[in-house]
Amino acid sequence: MKILVAIKRVVDYNVKVRANADNSDVDLANVKMSMNPFCEIAVEEAVRLKEKGLASEIITVSIGCQKSQEQLRTSLALGADRSILVQTEQPLEPLAVAKCLKAVCDKESPDLILMGKQTIDGDNNQTGQMLASLLGCSQGTFASEVVVEEGKIAVTREIDGGLQTLSLDLPAVVTADLRLNEPRYASLPNIMKSKQKPLATLTLDELGVNASARTKLLGVEPPAQRQAGIMVSDVTQLIDKLKNEAKVIS
Amino acid sequence: MSILVVAEHNNQQLNSATLNAISAATQLGDTIDLIIVGKDCQTVAEQASKVTAVSKVFVADNSCYDYFLAENMAPLIADVAAAYTHILATATTTAKNIMPRVAALLDVQAISDISEIVSQDTFKRPIYAGNLIATVQSIDTVKVLTIRGTSFDPVSSEGGSASIETLDAANDLAVSSFVSDQLAQSDRPELTAANIVISGGRGMASGDNFDLLYRIADKLGAAVGASRAAVDADYAPNDMQVGQTGKIVAPDLYIAVGISGAIQHLAGMKDSKVIVAINKDEEAPIFTVADYGLAADLFAALPELESKLS
Repeated sequence: MKILVAIKRVVDYNVKVRANADNSDVDLANVKMSMNPFCEIAVEEAVRLKEKGLASEIITVSIGCQKSQEQLRTSLALGADRSILVQTEQPLEPLAVAKCLKAVCDKESPDLILMGKQTIDGDNNQTGQMLASLLGCSQGTFASEVVVEEGKIAVTREIDGGLQTLSLDLPAVVTADLRLNEPRYASLPNIMKSKQKPLATLTLDELGVNASARTKLLGVEPPAQRQAGIMVSDVTQLIDKLKNEAKVIS
Repeated sequence: MSILVVAEHNNQQLNSATLNAISAATQLGDTIDLIIVGKDCQTVAEQASKVTAVSKVFVADNSCYDYFLAENMAPLIADVAAAYTHILATATTTAKNIMPRVAALLDVQAISDISEIVSQDTFKRPIYAGNLIATVQSIDTVKVLTIRGTSFDPVSSEGGSASIETLDAANDLAVSSFVSDQLAQSDRPELTAANIVISGGRGMASGDNFDLLYRIADKLGAAVGASRAAVDADYAPNDMQVGQTGKIVAPDLYIAVGISGAIQHLAGMKDSKVIVAINKDEEAPIFTVADYGLAADLFAALPELESKLS
């Protein structure tokens, strides 16, 4: 089974982001960038499938700026075999990213496409579903378990009421939720070895993708702040306040 | 403007999340139709026809739509959608699964998790786990939108008299099938619909200690939630998670117990009307958003709270 994993370079999850001075966009100057945490989970799942002898090759793909090579190198250190960077300096929307991934899938014909359920920058939660739509294939979103069966996979999904298990024909797009696995750290020898692994670069033109923007960002602002209330001294006072002041319990 | 709302239901009952989506739709235009896709879902259509503000209810009732498989539902919704200016649903896991697939079929960039409608093409939505709010304008002819349920008060489920139209189209892609589900069985109200929510965090120290919360919840008629830290530590299942990567709630009363108040948790509950925080760390950020804070050991405070609630 050939696995393609899509990954994204995003602001590190520990960074507290702010709007820039004129509130026109997010201030990304000099902030630490990392692989999107949900993408790390997707890479880990692919590596585990390969370690179990269920996957023959893992290709990681990123659509982004030249520096996305850093995150692709990380994926190679974690166990991917080769990487493809679709290089574009303009930030792309989920639909355009899905179109790029579709074009890469057309070249590579993977059996399974793994990706994060969302990125922690845009929080869109769209790209995997859109890719499956463009490929006309099955989708297993918000996955907490993936089991490979004969010519199919069983995916357990985190849904509002609990869990749901679907059987998917291949090729399939699976998007990782938090509890799919706990990603490993790359070891130093593997980081050194990753530098020898192939990393190809493609352009949007070479893929024949029209990535024109469909939305305009008119501005960003901090969320409305909630005023802090009062501290109560004990449980009795708390119950009194909730009953007689806030009137939310009877 | 004509708006198509995609209904959320379980083939027997219309989910109240649909009423939030219809509420958002009323801010966009006057012609609001509803589409119900499922199997043996006629009773849902009858309920939906009574919802206020709805003109027409489309029903596609076919075995291929059982379990709401995105692969089969998306082409049907995309076909119907072509006649509308906006396609809208509340951002439940079902809608998050289906709507982007619909959008890609229509070659549209969907807009997720809208918290405010500015105009017919401009919307506000949280990004970066709720740290920032983006204002986004869509230039697509058809807008495919999911809305944050807690940001739009539900419309009434009574008072309407919509016509019902049956859709015969069956789109069985036959690439996926349902195997099983494990749905949480609970007599407590559903997390996103409850008037009172009590949530536990890392401070609960174990899954067994959540019993302290359940006992209070049963006295208050509350739902029980958990922070992501508590879910990551396996104290609670993921469907109880409140936060940017879990469920967004806005009850009348939210009680956060042993929760420090990470931004990703605040993003999921800060629109609650009254917030109570119980935490032994007086410096915990949760106190900066709480209306009533109690700096106390939760293992003493919870049993006391339980015994003093009548």
